[in-house]
Amino acid sequence: MSKFQKKRGKTAPAISTASLPDIVFMLLFFFMVVTVLRDSELKVQVSTPYATELTKLEEKSLVNYLYIGRPTQQYQQLYGTKPRLQLGDKFANVNEIPLFLEKHKVKVPESRHGQITSSLRVDGEVTMGIVQDVKTELRKSNQLKVNYSAKKDASLIE
Amino acid sequence: MGKTRAKDRMSTEINASSMADIAFLLLIFFLVTTTIVEDKGITVKLPPWSEEEPDITQLKSRNVFSVLVNAQDQLLVRGEIMRVAELRESAKTFIGNPYNAPNMAESPSKAIISLKNDRGTSYGAYLKVYNELKAAYTELWDELSQRKYGVPYSDDMPFAYKKAIRDEIPFVLSEAEPTSFGEE
Repeated sequence: MSKFQKKRGKTAPAISTASLPDIVFMLLFFFMVVTVLRDSELKVQVSTPYATELTKLEEKSLVNYLYIGRPTQQYQQLYGTKPRLQLGDKFANVNEIPLFLEKHKVKVPESRHGQITSSLRVDGEVTMGIVQDVKTELRKSNQLKVNYSAKKDASLIE
Repeated sequence: MGKTRAKDRMSTEINASSMADIAFLLLIFFLVTTTIVEDKGITVKLPPWSEEEPDITQLKSRNVFSVLVNAQDQLLVRGEIMRVAELRESAKTFIGNPYNAPNMAESPSKAIISLKNDRGTSYGAYLKVYNELKAAYTELWDELSQRKYGVPYSDDMPFAYKKAIRDEIPFVLSEAEPTSFGEE
């Protein structure tokens, strides 16, 4: 009994928290690396559909984003509830696409112009009419690499 | 005496116990702002723009697998109503034509899928159909790859293998100008 008490009295040092900052920094760096600060605020509701045959977009600098969806609540007063196109951070018409593509193009080295992909982030509920117009405009601007953004559907894979 | 001891300690080491607090603060900031966006999707290559419509009437009708999607998201495949769930199998039998049926593709390289939708078709339905058609091809490529090389088809297999498979079963999907019956 006395032995036991003695031992217990001796081994009571505080847990060292010296390595805590290291652990936290490790987490911090992880999140800093995976963080993508979204450069444009979404003004349309976009909930992309599910699909299985997905390819990943590799280089972000070679991708331009076109959003199509219904305006969010706060913009419905001004823009109505019909599906709209958003380029960058503002609402746009289909005929503004060539300029938008050109603006993105100048930021990319000329040798890589062929690799530019347009990512269409389209809401699943939108009808094909506006999507078709956008597609036609992309074809006219000779921007033929297109990626229909979709979420991975786990339930479709057997 | 006590004073000097305190001074000694100051000069020898910086108190780092608040480091964790600062790191936590930054960590929480990044945790909150992080949106791990999934940049994934179905990659397609659009055909170059031309004023006139490509004429598919001169093709042999046995080689054309026509898929129509109307404004109610219903499917008409080669003149018959079909559910999306059946589309993949149907497309696979059409392209592969394992029993040499006279009304199906002469060979996989001659098969053409013609997709036509309405302006009122929902984008979700359109993408689902597109996904099924692409999946049919992926499965056929996979089967061919297994038969020829004993490995599943993937993007990082040797280029020559991929080309051989793609030459035997090319992905040909032609999209017609949509009808406009059901635009909202």
